[in-house]
Formats: sequence, structure tokens, C-alpha cells
Amino acid sequence: MYTGRQMRRHQSFCRAAAVLLFAATAFAQTPALTPAQIAAKAKAQNVPEIPFDSAPNFLKLPPNLYLGEGIGVAGNSKGHIFVFTRSQATRLFEFDQKGTYLREIGEGLYGFVFAHAVRVDPQDNIWAVDEGSNMIIKFNPEGRVVMVFGRRPESVDGLPATLGPAAPVPPAQPYLFNRPTDVTWDANGNIFVSDGYGNSRVVKYDKNGRFITSIGTKGSAPGQFNLPHSIASDAKGNIYVADRTNRRVQVFDNDLTFKASYDNVGAPWALCVTPGTHQYLYSSNSNPDNNNSEIAAVTGEIYKMELDGTIVGKFGKAGKQLGEFSTVHEMDCHGGENDLLVSEITAWRVQRITLHPQQAVTGKPQ
Amino acid sequence: MNRSLLLLATVALAFAQAPVPEIPYDSAPNLLKLPTALYLGEVPGVAVDSHGNIFVYTRTGSTNATMGGSRTFTHGGSRLFEFAASGGFVREIGQGLYGLDFAHAVRVDPQDNVWVVDQASNMVIKFSSTGQVLMTMGRKPESINVGTPEGGGGGGRGRGGPPGAGAPGDNFNQPTDVAWDTAGNIFVADGHGNARIAKFDKNGAYIKSWGSKGKEPGQFDTPHSLAVDGQGNVYVADRVNNRIQVFDNNGTFKTQFTNVGSPSAICISKGPHQYLYSSNSNGTGDLDNGEIYRMELDGRVLGKFGRAGKLPKEFSGVNEMDCRNPNELYVAETMNWRVQKITLHP
Repeated sequence: MYTGRQMRRHQSFCRAAAVLLFAATAFAQTPALTPAQIAAKAKAQNVPEIPFDSAPNFLKLPPNLYLGEGIGVAGNSKGHIFVFTRSQATRLFEFDQKGTYLREIGEGLYGFVFAHAVRVDPQDNIWAVDEGSNMIIKFNPEGRVVMVFGRRPESVDGLPATLGPAAPVPPAQPYLFNRPTDVTWDANGNIFVSDGYGNSRVVKYDKNGRFITSIGTKGSAPGQFNLPHSIASDAKGNIYVADRTNRRVQVFDNDLTFKASYDNVGAPWALCVTPGTHQYLYSSNSNPDNNNSEIAAVTGEIYKMELDGTIVGKFGKAGKQLGEFSTVHEMDCHGGENDLLVSEITAWRVQRITLHPQQAVTGKPQ
Repeated sequence: MNRSLLLLATVALAFAQAPVPEIPYDSAPNLLKLPTALYLGEVPGVAVDSHGNIFVYTRTGSTNATMGGSRTFTHGGSRLFEFAASGGFVREIGQGLYGLDFAHAVRVDPQDNVWVVDQASNMVIKFSSTGQVLMTMGRKPESINVGTPEGGGGGGRGRGGPPGAGAPGDNFNQPTDVAWDTAGNIFVADGHGNARIAKFDKNGAYIKSWGSKGKEPGQFDTPHSLAVDGQGNVYVADRVNNRIQVFDNNGTFKTQFTNVGSPSAICISKGPHQYLYSSNSNGTGDLDNGEIYRMELDGRVLGKFGRAGKLPKEFSGVNEMDCRNPNELYVAETMNWRVQKITLHP
């Protein structure tokens, strides 16, 4: 039982606690960022949010077939969807435009060791980039191998020593890759490869696979790279490189001469450029794939940009739910500026994202 | 330098650079038709039997390593496929076989037996034309070693003695090729590791071997391919030494041809007038060279065709050729993952 004095003291304590709690709640809504979060957060400020939704249960797999890490996704001219995944083996699956499973391509392939990206060229050939075999495999639309790039190291030497991260990277050679990451083409069919985790360069080949030129060593100067992780081209043949660890998108002309750098959209993990007369560049500031919740709290959004780097808007955040992103690893925007395919490493899935930019303009929820 | 000497030098230079005639040729499009879920990987080996059936030894899929206590065991990684002359898929031979680990060559002997040479299992395996194992040569290492950051230790090689020693005997160290004389004696190029040629009788009994790593006549630096002519002479593609060495049937050095680049693959056609073909294959990291030479058995170059590249009619990493018929070549390309059937129009 309280005495009156005790009661007053208690009420006063409660009021004080309530004020304190309110203040703490208000404080939590605008938390001070840690130094690591400040470093990870994109520099761009006051970027409009683009409303969007994610198609539920998008890809439908047969029983006993599962996706592993969602490393690569790409669409062809019919809307078919190709998914390159790290399951027990690295595997490439094809789905129709509704997400219905059609077939597997390249089952047991010599070049499938550790998936990194898949892209579809304008002729609907399917290109798989494998960072384990150090190869890029070109399949025709029927799913047969028609050209290969790079070479898987011979296994006849048994299990080689695992070299530490401080081990020197041997000099890059024109026709060999060191953990390549992505591929794109210009209108003439020239081939551009981002290479990659080991080498720090972009290589240009002609459509027949002959080396033309390359640019880049490891570093942070213009034309240098620190993990070129994704690559895209526009209709004029300019090349956009996601220079991930340098936290910038570098733009080159068709001869790989440096043109510009966009450094305000965080760490670009994945890029795509939309088709059509007015092209847009999408770039994902993906949350890290090490499940670091501190960094995930300030990353995970995808930016929509003009090709000159002007930011149009952004959408999404890190998370495990539908419509959230778990380390976006590749994006495809062949379907236009409002239709994106997004593959995620740590969520083992592909999402189909539909943007509703008109809602942002009118401000009317639908 | 006086004038006559200069003239002599100029003439010599012109002679050395006399252009080799280009031989017109075609490549059959889409030669091999594979079932939907079957793919070739690197194709080091191709051979054709007397009925025109095509045998392809390919590095496909991944070698499995099984960790067992202090040792690591491996299996798988290569497969042997048979196709009809039309290119239609017939069957797989030796599925899951213990010795099919890292393909290097396949050859068909005059009795239509099919022989595979495996670089990692260190074995030469003879199949009957119906696909039964008739004879095995060499022995697969029981386990492989794992490398250390300081180097060394990695690799399943070594049963046939230390690299380059030319150790005699029945065991191989990364063998590369096999051939026979008309008496059925067996010649094995051994190989990436051992740097020697080994001769066995038709029953597989060891007779002798010759060579070790080096540049002298009778020495080798990667004997990578070999062939035997109708007289029993042995032609060895001494790849890193940029020469073809010719030996008599007992391994006595006769001559060498040094004007056809770095021979990765050689073959000798059948019939009364035999031709020698040699591929100056491009390396792993380049698209240089790649042309194939047509020669008389005495080394005279008759012509050449092709270049390195990824398109049809171009070649990348030619590792084996079959030239049973003199103007029809089957060419196995390691780096292009394919076989081309080449028809020459000399």
C-alpha cells in the first residue's frame, strides 16, 4: 500500500519515466549514425522514394528443385527469365514470362563452378559468367554452347594451395580472367567483360572474341578499379562499370576512355540500363552479404538515374520480406524503366519489381 | 660485309621465308549432335574408327574430391562419347570408370579398339569396339596431395617417377598419347611429367623407353603427341622444343623437323602415300598461330590451313587430330570445347 507521499513520488517518477521514454523513442527515430554507417550510406540526400511492389510467388519451381543463392537473373526478348544460382552445383534455369519453370541449361557443364552473373544479348544468346571456373560461356537461344571465353584452370595438378589475400595477382592476360564478374555488349556486338575480383580491369573483345583493348589496374584513380562488379552499356556504346569497393559508377566511351564518375549512390553492386529512346541507369547500393545489420540499416536501396548521373529516385531497403532486398547481386531491366528483375544473394530468390513513379508525382496512394 | 655474302644472306632469308601455300578447306557445321542434357567440355581427344564412328574424350563436369582422413581421393571429371559418322550421338563408353579423370587423348587402333589416355589417372585404357575394358596400362594414384602456401605438394602425378627423369618402366606420369606399329607394339608418349617414349609389346609387356627432359636429340620437353608410319617409324611432337622428332622402331633418333612451330597434335594418314599433319596450336592465354601443316613424311611442308580463333574454321587449343583419310581431318579443340570435321581441297 502506498502512502500519499509515496504515491506522489511514484506519480512523479512515472511522469519522468514517461518523458524519458518519449524522448528515447523520438531519439531512436533519428538515431545518430555510427562511423561505419556514415561510411556505408550513400551520399545522395533527399532522394524521392519511388513507390513499387514485388510480385508474390513469382518463380514457380517444380518439386525437388530449389534455388540457392540468387546470383544472376536476366530476361530475353520473349520475357523468358534466366536464373543463375549457386545450389549444390552451379545451375542455370529458364522460366517463362509468368515465372513457370521451363528447363535447365548446361547441366553439369565444365564451366559451371561458382555462378556470378547471367545476361542475354540482343540476339537472345545467353551468357553465363562464372567466377569459379574463370569463364564466360555463350549459349545460343536453344541452350547449346557456341563460344567460350577464358579457361578453367586444369585440375590435373590436384588441389592447389590456397593463396592468402596478400598473394600477388599475376599479370592479366588478354584471353584469361581472374574471377570475372559480368558481361555486356554494344550495338556492334563488341563484348565488354568486367574482370573482376582478381584482375581489376575491363576488357573489350570484338564479336568474334578477338581481344581489342582493356583498361584498369587496382586503385582508386579514374580508370582504375577496386572490384569492378557489374557492367552495362547504353545505346551509344558508353560503358558503365560498377566500381564497387571504390563506391562509384565509372563511365567510359566505347574505346574505354574515362568519361565520368558517379560517386553518390553508395557501393554499386548491380547495374542495368533500360532499353528504348530514353534510357535510365539503375544501380543497387546492396547491403553487405555478411548479414551485417549495422550496415544493412543504411543500405539496400536501388537508385534510378539518368545516364548523366542525375538521380531520379530510389526505392527499397534491406530486409528479408517481399519487397525488401537481401544483397541484390544482379538486376535486369530489359522490360523497361518500371519492370525490374532483381536477384538476391542472401534471400535465395528473384523478385519481379514493378515501379509506380506516377504515384510519387500525384502523391495518391492506390 | 662484302657484297656476295650479303646476297647470300638475302637469298637464305628469302628461302626461309618462302610462303607456305594455303590449302583451301571447309568445316562441317554443327557436326556433333548431343542429347539435350549432355554437353561437351574441353575436348582434348577425338578419333575415328574404320566405320567412321567418332569417339570424343572430353573434360566435362567437375572432378569429385572425397576427403578421407589424411588423404584426399578423386574420381570423375571426364567422359568418353561415341557418335555416328553423321554426328548423331550413339552412346557413352566407360561411364563412371575409375580411370577417366582428366582426358588427354583417344585413339582407335587398326582393329577398331578404342584407347584413351588420361593425364590425371596416369593410365592408358584399351576398350573393345563394343566398349568393354580389354587392357589397362599404368596405375591411378591412390590419392592426391594438397598443396601448401609454400608451394609443392599439390597434384596426383608422380607414379612414373619424378618429373622429367624419363624413368623407365610400366608406370606413367601425365601421359599424353598412344600409337601402334603394324606388329601391334604399343608406343606411349609419357608425357607432361616423365618426358620419355615407352614401347610395349602388343600384350602390354614393357620393352623399353627412351628420352628424358632436355633439348638434345632424343630428349624431350613435353612429348605431347605421337604417331607411327607404315614402316614403324615413330614421330614425336616435342612441343616445348618446337620440333617433331623422328625415331626408328627401336627409338634410335633419325631426324627432326623444326619449321612447323610448336607441335601440339600430329597425325599420319593411312594408305600407300602417307601424310603427316602437325598443329602449331595457340596457347592458353592467346589467339596466336593456330595453323595446321600438311607435310610429307620426310618433313617437306606441302601447305597449311587455319588460324587461332573462336569461329568455325578457326582453331583454339588443338590437342588431337585424326587423319585416317588424307583430306579429312577431325580436330579436337581444348579451348573451343568442340570437334571440327575439316575437309581439305588441296
